[in-house]
Amino acid sequence: MNGSRTGLRWSFWQVIAGVLMIAGVYAAYIRVTQGLGGATHLNDQFPWGLWIGFDILCGVGLAAGGFTLAATVHIFNIERYKPILRPAILTAFLGYLLVILALMFDLGLPYRIWHPLVMWNPHSVMFEVGWCVTLYTTVLALEFLPVVLEQFRWNKALKIMHGFLIPLVILGVILSTLHQSSLGSLYLIVPEKLYPLWYSPLLPVFFFVSALCAGLAMTIFESWQSSKAFGKHLELPLVASMGRVLAVLLSVYLTMRLLDLQNRGVLRLLLVRRTETYLFWLEIAFFVVPMFLLFRRKIHNNPVTLYGCAVLVLFGFVSNRLNVSITGMETGSGVSYFPKWTEVAVTLAIVALGFLIFRFACKNLPIFGPQPMVSRVRSQAPIPVEGD
Amino acid sequence: MPKGILYDSTLCVGCRLCEKACSEHHNLNYNDDIAKEEKLSAHKLTAITTHGDKFMRKFCMNCLSPTCASVCPVAALQKSPLGPVTYDSTRCIGCRYCMFACPYQVPTYQWNSRLPVVKKCDMCADRVFASLPTACAEACPTGATKFGERDDLIAEARQRLSSNPGQYYPKIYGLEEVGGTSMLLLAAAPFEELGVKVSLPHEPLPLLTWRALSEIPSIVSVFGVLLGGVWWIRHRTEEVQTAERAEREKKS
Repeated sequence: MNGSRTGLRWSFWQVIAGVLMIAGVYAAYIRVTQGLGGATHLNDQFPWGLWIGFDILCGVGLAAGGFTLAATVHIFNIERYKPILRPAILTAFLGYLLVILALMFDLGLPYRIWHPLVMWNPHSVMFEVGWCVTLYTTVLALEFLPVVLEQFRWNKALKIMHGFLIPLVILGVILSTLHQSSLGSLYLIVPEKLYPLWYSPLLPVFFFVSALCAGLAMTIFESWQSSKAFGKHLELPLVASMGRVLAVLLSVYLTMRLLDLQNRGVLRLLLVRRTETYLFWLEIAFFVVPMFLLFRRKIHNNPVTLYGCAVLVLFGFVSNRLNVSITGMETGSGVSYFPKWTEVAVTLAIVALGFLIFRFACKNLPIFGPQPMVSRVRSQAPIPVEGD
Repeated sequence: MPKGILYDSTLCVGCRLCEKACSEHHNLNYNDDIAKEEKLSAHKLTAITTHGDKFMRKFCMNCLSPTCASVCPVAALQKSPLGPVTYDSTRCIGCRYCMFACPYQVPTYQWNSRLPVVKKCDMCADRVFASLPTACAEACPTGATKFGERDDLIAEARQRLSSNPGQYYPKIYGLEEVGGTSMLLLAAAPFEELGVKVSLPHEPLPLLTWRALSEIPSIVSVFGVLLGGVWWIRHRTEEVQTAERAEREKKS
C-alpha cells in the first residue's frame, strides 16, 4: 500500500507499540493482583495521580476536536471542513473509549462503574462527569456509526441516521461543553489545596476554552499524521485556516488567564522561586509561543511549522492538566508525588492502543473517503474503492 | 438535636485509650506499633498527635455541610441529622473524590486490598443512633473527649474559655470552619502549632461546586436554542440559495 520506506518506519513504530502493550499488560496484572497500592504511588494524602491527570483529563480534552468540527460542519454549515470531520469524530470516539478504559484502572471497584447511573447525587461534579461520559460516548458512537454503515453499504439505516444527525450533533456539543467544563469544576472543591496560580473560580471556563484549543490542535496534528501515514493529500488551506482560528482562541484563553491572575491578586506569585512557578511558566510558554507564531502567514501556511505549532499547543494543554492535577496539588496536600513505572506503563499502553486502533480504522473504514457522507446517501452512488 | 464531640487538648494526657476503643468498636487491629503511628489510615480512624508537651486529636470532623458527602457521585456518604457523616461501602465505586476533596484529608483508602473501600471515623453512628456516646468519649478517662449535644458543648467550651482565659488559646475550632463541624476543639496553643489546618474558609465548600453545577440548566437551554437557531438560519440560507438558482436556471 505504501512505499517500502514508510513500511519500514511503521514497522519500527509497531515494535515500540508492541513493547508498550506488553509492559501495559504486565502493569495491568500488577494492578489487578496487588491493588492500587502495588500499582501506583498514590496514598491517602494524594489519592489522584497520573491516571486522572493524564489519561482522563487529557484524554477527554484531546477528544474535543470531535464536537468542535461536528458543530462547524453540521451546525454552522461550513462544508469545506467536511474532509477532516471523520478523523476528528473517530479521535473523539476512541478518546472517550480509552478514557473509560483508563477509568477501569483508576477506580478502586471498577465493576461498579455503572453505579452513578442508578445511585444519584446531583450535587456531585463527579456525578455530572459520569453522566457526561456515558451519554457523550453514546452520541459519539452514533455519530461514528454512519462510517461503519457506509462500509457495509447499509444505505437504509444510513438514511434513518441522517434524519437524527442535527439533534445528535447539538446534543453532542452540549454534552461536551458540560463535560469539558465539569472536569475543571472537579477542582473547585479544593480552594485550600490547589496552588493559587491554578485555582480559580473560572476553572470550568478555562478547561472548556483550552479544550477547544486542544481539539483544534489535535485535528491539525492528525490531518498531518494521516497524510504522512496513508499518503492522503493534506488539505493545506483548510488546515491553515484552522491554525488561524487556533491563534485567536489561544489569545482569548491567555488573556482570560492573565486577567484572572490579576483579579485574584496573585500576579506576584509569577516571580516567586518555586517549582510551581517554573512549571507554570513552562505551561504558559507552550501556549504563548505557538500563539504568536500562528498569527504569521508564513507559519500557518507551511505544513511543517503549522504541525510544530499544533504539537506545542498539545504540550501546553497536557502541561496545564498535569499542573492542575499534580504540580498544583502537591504543596497543598503536604506530600510529593511521582508516578510509579506501572502508572506510566498503563498510560503509554493506552496511548499506543489509541494509535493502533486509529490506524486500523483508517485502513479499513472510509475515514478519509473522498466523498462526504450526505451526498453519497442522496445520490446512492456506489462507494468508490478505498485505497491510495 | 445534632450531637458533637468537644476535644479539650488541655485535658488530654495522651493515653490513647480513645484510639484503642475506636479500633475495637470498628473491628480494627490495635497494638503498640499502631499506637505509635500518629496519622490516620485505613486501620486507624483516630490518632493522638504529640506536639512537644501538648496533644491534639485527629478524627473526622463530621462537618455540618460535609464536602465528602457533596462530592460523592453515588451518595455513599451521607450527613445524618444527628451529626454523624456515614459511609455506605456497598455504593462506593472507589473514585476517591471524597479523599481528594476533604479539607482535613480524613477519608483513607485500603490501598493494598484488591476490593478496597474508604475508611473514616463515622462518629460511631450506630452508637449515636442508639443514644449512646461515641466509643472514644466513653473511654476517655480525663474528660478531654466529651460527647453531647453540639449546642451544649459550644456553651461549655465558651464557659471554659471565659473562666480560664490564661489556660486556653482563645478560639473554639470547628465553630465556623467550612461552615462548622460536629467536632469542636480547644487548645492551649494556636491550632496551627498543633497540626490543625487554620486557613480554611468559613463558607461550606460544597457551595463552590454547586455554583458551577447550578449553571447546567442554563447552559443546556442557551446552547440548545443557540445551536438550533444557527443551524436553522444556515440551513434556510442554503435552501433559499438553491431555490433561487433553480429559478434562474428555469428562466434562462
